[in-house]
Amino acid sequence: MTLANHYSYWVIIFLAIAGLYIVIARGNLVKKLVGLSIFQTSVYLLYVAPGKLIGGTAPIVSPQFQVYSNPLPHVLILTAIVVGVATLALGLALVVRLEEAYGSIEEDEILPQDRDA
Amino acid sequence: MITSHLPILQVVVPLMAAPLMVVLRSGAAAWTLAVAASWTALAIAAGLFLEVAGGNVVSYWIGSWPPPWGIEYRIDIVNAFLALLVSFIAAVVIVYCRESVRAEVPRERHYLFYAMYALCLSGLLGIAVTGDAFNLFVFLEISSLSSYVLIALGRDRRALMAAYQYLILGTIGATFYVIGVGLLYLLTGTLNLADMAARLPAVSDHRSVLAALAFITVGISLKLALFPLHLWLPNAYAYAPSAVTAFLAATATKVSVYVLLRFYFTVFSGSGIFDDRPLAPIWITLSLAAMFIASAIAIFQNNVKRLFAYSSVAQIGYITLGVSFGSVYGLTAGIVHLFNHAVTKGALFMLLGGIALRLGTVRFDAIGGIGRAMPFTSFGIVLAGLSLIGVPATVGFVSKWYLVLAALERGDAWLAFAVVGSSLLAVVYVWRFVEVAYFREPTTEVARLREAPLSMLVPAWLMVLACFYFGLDTGVTLGGAGAAAESLLRGPR
Amino acid sequence: MTAGTLIVGAVAVPLAGAVLIAAAHRTPNLRETVTLVTAGLLFLLVASIVPDVLAGGRPHQTLLPVMPGISLAFTVEPLGMLFAVLASGLWIVNSLYSIGYMRGNGEAHQTRYYVCFALAIASTMGIAFAGNLFTLFLFYEALTLVTYPLVTHHGTEEAKRAGRLYIGMLIGSSILFLLVAIIWTWAIAGTIEFTPGGVLGGNVSNATMGLLLALYVFGIGKAAVMPVHRWLPAAMVAPTPVSALLHAVAVVKAGVFSVLKIVVYVFGVETISGMTSVDWLPFVSGFTIIAASIVALRSDNLKRRLAYSTVSQLSYVVLAAALLTPLSVIGAALHIATHALGKITLFFCAGAIYTAAHKTEVSQLAGIGRRMPWTMAAFTIGALSLIGVPPAAGFVSKWFIMSGALQAGHYAALTVFVVSTLLNAAYFLPIVYSAFFRVPGAGAGGGDGHGHGHGEAPWPMVVALTATAASSVALFFFPELPLQLARQLVARSPG
Repeated sequence: MTLANHYSYWVIIFLAIAGLYIVIARGNLVKKLVGLSIFQTSVYLLYVAPGKLIGGTAPIVSPQFQVYSNPLPHVLILTAIVVGVATLALGLALVVRLEEAYGSIEEDEILPQDRDA
Repeated sequence: MITSHLPILQVVVPLMAAPLMVVLRSGAAAWTLAVAASWTALAIAAGLFLEVAGGNVVSYWIGSWPPPWGIEYRIDIVNAFLALLVSFIAAVVIVYCRESVRAEVPRERHYLFYAMYALCLSGLLGIAVTGDAFNLFVFLEISSLSSYVLIALGRDRRALMAAYQYLILGTIGATFYVIGVGLLYLLTGTLNLADMAARLPAVSDHRSVLAALAFITVGISLKLALFPLHLWLPNAYAYAPSAVTAFLAATATKVSVYVLLRFYFTVFSGSGIFDDRPLAPIWITLSLAAMFIASAIAIFQNNVKRLFAYSSVAQIGYITLGVSFGSVYGLTAGIVHLFNHAVTKGALFMLLGGIALRLGTVRFDAIGGIGRAMPFTSFGIVLAGLSLIGVPATVGFVSKWYLVLAALERGDAWLAFAVVGSSLLAVVYVWRFVEVAYFREPTTEVARLREAPLSMLVPAWLMVLACFYFGLDTGVTLGGAGAAAESLLRGPR
Repeated sequence: MTAGTLIVGAVAVPLAGAVLIAAAHRTPNLRETVTLVTAGLLFLLVASIVPDVLAGGRPHQTLLPVMPGISLAFTVEPLGMLFAVLASGLWIVNSLYSIGYMRGNGEAHQTRYYVCFALAIASTMGIAFAGNLFTLFLFYEALTLVTYPLVTHHGTEEAKRAGRLYIGMLIGSSILFLLVAIIWTWAIAGTIEFTPGGVLGGNVSNATMGLLLALYVFGIGKAAVMPVHRWLPAAMVAPTPVSALLHAVAVVKAGVFSVLKIVVYVFGVETISGMTSVDWLPFVSGFTIIAASIVALRSDNLKRRLAYSTVSQLSYVVLAAALLTPLSVIGAALHIATHALGKITLFFCAGAIYTAAHKTEVSQLAGIGRRMPWTMAAFTIGALSLIGVPPAAGFVSKWFIMSGALQAGHYAALTVFVVSTLLNAAYFLPIVYSAFFRVPGAGAGGGDGHGHGHGEAPWPMVVALTATAASSVALFFFPELPLQLARQLVARSPG
């Protein structure tokens, strides 16, 4: 057990933290959504990576193969990707409407416009 | 025959109604369809509730695949109680929607509004009935995505920003949940909640279990707006269309509380993870903070919808406080307050919608003297406000009784005083409305107002009367909540 | 009709009356007729229960189960019977008086006034007949809420502020202390039914008992034990008939009635008489008696003086209950009745003076007895009753209370009663003296001209205040009914 053996987890952790950081630190609404997508991508990897076994094959029942990879995580993540895309699409649609309403997609330019109201 | 398929129909009826509405492209037809779907859902939920009320558990295998391989819908008294609550609120609010939506949403978007409403309902009901952790995530996202859209349909442009912020935080919450579920899946190899509960004790010494618990807790706490993760809620409720606020305030956070209950008491309870890590102090602290800080913030709001939104954050504190006691009384208080608070807040937001319809705003500085112009609406708000305070013969009293009883049972008299003390803050903000509505001279604008239309007033008053009816006849609510609490504490079977 | 139906009827009749009054809002004459008929009917209903209770019956009616082990239930016991007879009987007189007052002063929102009044009486009946603490609490809160529109009747800034204090103190104290006390009682005893001899039994420690009693006494803000008394003077912004019936009889008596009932039927006189942790109560209530009397002495506003006198007199009942002897408990029960008759008379007079002469301050009353002889004669009787001088009823209850203090050997309490009697005399007798024997305009602040002529107030008011003054005297000569009921109260509680 070395750190290298778990490199996929390090990638996942890096992506998750990077994504969250962008969501929090950026004031640009589109960049926030980009960060959100990166964060979600890390989760896709979290599910998919452990499904792969070294030397494993697709789960086709045959006497030739003893080791199978787990297909279920891939199926699950397909669903999660669909959800992620829908979220991104809806988020971008909201940003378009925000741009129309406020003339900006910068958080610090949008919020003060309503302060007085 | 068909009755054996009730669990799946509970979800499928509103789910199928939604695309049909989009195809029909007519606001009136969509509304009719939404009414039919919501009422059918209510009938199904009632049927399921009666079926499991005696202690039965209904297990439905999707596509006849046996669990844990296939997705199982597993309904016991806890799920059934929640499904009944959600579909009851949906059935009442949909009637109310007609006039309210006509006034607040552009005409060409009506059918989309109802499609989203049906989708949201289907997602919330899906969370309630499913017994599969990943399926639950999908339903969570269905309900969330549709509620982002519903909120964004508000008239005020701030609704867009509120929806965006809710989208960001909601997605982070849901993703945290998925990370937690993923870790549990890696540990146990199953996504079926009951199966997961059975397999978790064997791997409970693994640190990943703790990580999973942490991720799920934070993720769901975001969705249920536990203080201090509630920041999305006040704006979302304040600027969404009135009907949406009434519906979401009464259901969305409640369903998230259920998810929390399910994971804490069914999935994790057998793993012994809580034994040497008492989480109760953390939950109690956060709940108390919600009860006092959010109530205090509510007092100083100028927008009445925002005021009651902050009050919702405080009331969620009551629910989580009851849950964190982990006793029969405490859980009963928490679960019955799910229902009681839903009815009370539903009534309040529906009545406020009536004012918004006639006046276009619900700000304190604009609604002075509203008590004379819209007597039924204003009086209804006062009565529902009394329920929020917890005056006897209202539902709020029943919750408070059990919450205080649970606190005394623990031997924590100070907690009992904290519970009743925070309801004094509710007296303050409810009385702010009383004084504005009845002691200010109506402006010419307010004096010209007519009472809200009957199609809004009747459903809203139905909720107000429910606040009193279920405060005196607690057979269904308290009976259901008590049975649910006992079933949760018995742990996984 | 069974006794159960009668009890439910006693709550339902004023409720139905409220609905009819609201329905008759277009025709004031019909509306007032409905009020009077409802009041009469209620009194007959309540009176018809009396023989049963005197014979030792305890009619009981469970309306509906609310939570497991907790139901909305009514039980008539002697103390509640006494309170109900008193409140329902005085409602008739007060309605008559209200008609004179509201019309005489041209008040607005009269329908709302009569509706809320009927609702307040319904709540009072609920409190009087409550069979358990839950029912008591339910109607207790209801009474606060339905009297709020009465207190803030004028809708002025002052009324709003008084209303805030009223709701804040009464709802606040009841939720913060009373509710916790009730739930605590339930947690300890497993029942909140009113049971002769109490429910707390021997399984409560000395300290807990003292704490519980404190929660009850200060939780029942309507009993106005200092420092939870501020709402009562504030509530005097209400029209005078409200102050008369509600803030001299129904609301405040509901408070001391609840305290007395809880001491007798929840704690049990015998259970707590040995406890040292409850010894603080005589001192707190004794302090209230003296302090409130002194404030009354210094108040020039007549209604404010009467209000502080009420605060003081209410603590008589609390102190008497706290002495825990049979005689003092009888005295406490009697004092609820005698003070009610005396104080309502005084308020009626204050309202009559305001309506006829538009005077509110004590210093303006010099010589008024010559213009309003009936009113001031009744005032004198009311004052004598509160001081405890025969031939007014106050003497009877004071006799019992002071005998109780002697029996208990509680000389501090005895001193309090004597001093307070002197103070009572000091703040009432000068009014009587100056009304009859001083020359108009010679009073300190009476410069605002007695120039315009006025006589007595409208006849319904004069009739009403004469009736209550007469009852006060009658009660002195014929105290059998309340005395019998009060004796039963003690006979049933062991010791």
